[in-house]
Amino acid sequence: MAEVNKEQSELGRLSAGLDALESKSTQSESLARKVFNFSGPLIAMALFIGIWQIVFQLRFVEEYVLPSPNQVYQALVNQYQQGILLTAGWNSLSRGVQGFALAIIIAIPIGLLLGLSKTARVVLKPITTGLQQLPSVAWVPAAIIWFGLSNATIYAVILLGAIPSIANGLASGIEQIPSQYLKVGRVLGATKVQQIRHFVLPASFPGFLAGLEQGWAFAWRSLMAAELIAVSPALGTGLGQLLDVGRQLGDMALVLGAILSIMFVGILVEKLAFAPIRDHTLKIRGLK
Amino acid sequence: MTTNYALEVEKLSKRFGDDEAFVIEGLDFQVKKGEFICLLGASGCGKSTLLNILAYLDSPTVGNVRVADRPTLMFQDASLMPWLTAGQNVELALRIKGLAKDARRARAQELLELVHLGSAFDKRPHELSGGMRQRVSIARALAQEKSILLMDEPFAALDAITRDFLHEELLGIWKRTGLTVVFVTHNVREAVRLGQRVILMSSKPGRFIREWNIELSEPRRIDAPEVATLASEITDHLRNEIKRHG
Repeated sequence: MAEVNKEQSELGRLSAGLDALESKSTQSESLARKVFNFSGPLIAMALFIGIWQIVFQLRFVEEYVLPSPNQVYQALVNQYQQGILLTAGWNSLSRGVQGFALAIIIAIPIGLLLGLSKTARVVLKPITTGLQQLPSVAWVPAAIIWFGLSNATIYAVILLGAIPSIANGLASGIEQIPSQYLKVGRVLGATKVQQIRHFVLPASFPGFLAGLEQGWAFAWRSLMAAELIAVSPALGTGLGQLLDVGRQLGDMALVLGAILSIMFVGILVEKLAFAPIRDHTLKIRGLK
Repeated sequence: MTTNYALEVEKLSKRFGDDEAFVIEGLDFQVKKGEFICLLGASGCGKSTLLNILAYLDSPTVGNVRVADRPTLMFQDASLMPWLTAGQNVELALRIKGLAKDARRARAQELLELVHLGSAFDKRPHELSGGMRQRVSIARALAQEKSILLMDEPFAALDAITRDFLHEELLGIWKRTGLTVVFVTHNVREAVRLGQRVILMSSKPGRFIREWNIELSEPRRIDAPEVATLASEITDHLRNEIKRHG
């Protein structure tokens, strides 16, 4: 027994030495890099506003065609003080998020079906791909005829915009799973359900996530298009409607302010919701 | 099955389609319980096909396979799930086996310690070296508590130093657990170093050529002279087989 223990501790020490030699030191980002990652985009934005200001001051075009950055800012402050800006932003965002959540719930079974069944893939993939290609603003007239100027119209357009991307993302995530992972599942004796739960779903997650991101981008765009076209007091004010008010008043500062607000919400969702999940997913899998 | 065989293969042939050539043909061999055998062959000897059949991942075209217990299988790459930590990879096997949640973590930790990776529980596969990953894969296979372990060139992608260490580690585990091991390799010295018996297979189709009982002293090192002597004898047979295809 003592002999076995001695052999074991020999092997243990050999192992510890080998592991120490072979382990990669994980490099963390330098402080300078972190500061740049944060300040770089701000500098670019400041430059953009600076050039805009210069172009404005050179008076190439009339003020109503291109207002100054400050006029746009004032237009936004004005809307904010009337309580419209935040309400509109919140209305749009909550519609977008609710529609998107519903889209995810509907898209997951479709994506699973497409990914897991070859028959379903052959039959249905052209349809979902066609829908994914179609700009969902094309659905707005149809939705207005079906549902009138109601929230149903807006949600229908969001769903039609987001579902195909999410379902196709999940399906291609599943198609791209290395067959080796599924083989491991069979060797470990996984049942069909365990195979899906422990291998197919986590392995396809990066593809699913890419589908979610594209789905959100499409949902947000379709929502703005829908809000811009379907204007009615019954629908309340969203950022798209704010844009339309600006157009009707010929108020370019308000139009640009609304455009910037729409972009701002888009960036916010990307940075706060998608980027952290994506970074974490890639990091733990060693893909980054 | 009344015998003391862990594994019996009878007149086993396999082809993938009625018009295709046989990949393996007429294989006949038995493996005793607790035995360590090495299957040796050049490319195209149907090693992986044979292991897939033994592991129930594929079925024979002709012939029979009888096993005492459904075997587990290890691959050339560790095939760990990249979204799980080393410990969770081992736990996954325990979970599928039906072990309760609180027992899983402790057992996985124990198994990692057995392969000298006690401190790597929370490491992700990409943070481990190739040898460490393969040891996690061994721990995962042991978690299944099967009596037969099939290994498909598990150390082929590793450097010589790491491979040598893993040979020792594997033999230690084999002795302590009493596992039956079927180890496939194209490395003659590795086969002689590890096996109690080495079976040489032909290529295209894979047939049984010859077998050697290794009666060398234990423990033996891969650079021991008697290992080299036997390895060169087997290499001559292997080369003759390869020349046949030229």
